[in-house]
Amino acid sequence: MDGIHDLGGMQGFGHVQPLTAAPPFAEPWEGKAFVIGALAARIAGTNLHAFRHAIERVPPREYLVGYWNRWTIGAQIMMEDSGIVTDEEVRARAARLSGRDVPEPPPPTPHKPQMPSGGAGNLRPLDTPPAFAVGDRVRVVDLHPTGHTKLPRYVRRRTGTVTALQPSQVFPDTAAHFAGENPRHCYTVDFDSRELWGPDAEPFRLSIDLFEPYLEPAP
Amino acid sequence: MTSAPEHLDPALRVEALASLLTERGLIDEATIETFIKTYEQSVGPMNGAKVVAKAWTDPEYRVRLLAEGTAAIAELGFKGPQGEHMVVLENTPTVHHVVVCTLCSCYPWPVLGLPPSWYKDPAYRSRVVREPRQVLREFGLDLDDSVEIRVHDSSSEVRYLVLPERPAGTEHYSEAELADLVTRDAMVGVARVVVP
Repeated sequence: MDGIHDLGGMQGFGHVQPLTAAPPFAEPWEGKAFVIGALAARIAGTNLHAFRHAIERVPPREYLVGYWNRWTIGAQIMMEDSGIVTDEEVRARAARLSGRDVPEPPPPTPHKPQMPSGGAGNLRPLDTPPAFAVGDRVRVVDLHPTGHTKLPRYVRRRTGTVTALQPSQVFPDTAAHFAGENPRHCYTVDFDSRELWGPDAEPFRLSIDLFEPYLEPAP
Repeated sequence: MTSAPEHLDPALRVEALASLLTERGLIDEATIETFIKTYEQSVGPMNGAKVVAKAWTDPEYRVRLLAEGTAAIAELGFKGPQGEHMVVLENTPTVHHVVVCTLCSCYPWPVLGLPPSWYKDPAYRSRVVREPRQVLREFGLDLDDSVEIRVHDSSSEVRYLVLPERPAGTEHYSEAELADLVTRDAMVGVARVVVP
């Protein structure tokens, strides 16, 4: 989906934050948020791709509040989808924890998705030969799926060169929607910065890992 | 969720979720504590620093690390979630690698732990794929114009670790002393390793 998460190349966010050696959790609730998100896919019977897609569906205003906020809301959205919790329950519980005596709605009935898993992790060997080889010129297709994709806007319709064949992997675009793992070949594709950002761009090379369905031979 | 847009304090939301999930037997305090302790104490940039220091002192390890990152890193015992397939990128006097995840905040957990705040922030994710030289300058890394910059957007399950340049004047350092010099920022590619 063309959401707030697809940040590559957007302007207006200002200076980068300073580098610090800060610990992973600034406050105790952030550690707890991390664990809830880390376990949410197991609890909801989903997968990593569904979790990423749930975070993408966090409303933009909430997304930009901060990382652990969007992480927690994403985990909640995914658990709502599987009937583990409802937003009404969470808000009622939050009110009660704040000392307000509000009634709590009944819990939902769980309905976890059913998708066969090809095993642990996301690397999957493929028997079919890869369509592209190192050195091939490829053009990124102009996809705009409404669901999950790992194809960012800023490389769509651009032409680059395959520089490495990466391990074949579960295809996020279908796995996130429980429509099958559908493993696909994956390539590192290099782009000249001017191909992405025009003739006045800073000179540099951009490398990105793209799944085979995102690519076609360059015309 | 989307039908109720009123912002809930994130700390309170976490408490509410933890309370509901605990009640349902889906999460427990001991598991939460174990996870937090692991990522606060055992999994972090000190792991990646050991990989880098070994590569600086053991030429054969360096070759293995650059050819088969996952296996070479596993030799030191580092593997797990978000490190399924590791690729190591070597910085040199003429090529500088820097890593980002524009779509989320993917990061090589087994060697670097959880990502720092700046890495997850929209400013870094939006800008480093568009004006990396300027971004690096803001971080305090002023690269000569002759240095080629390569930006890596980690958009699949491949995870990248930068092997920084070994600083001059460290010829007599032990592997452990070298590891102490290596920072998280250098292993993402937004800083150099320096001798204090």
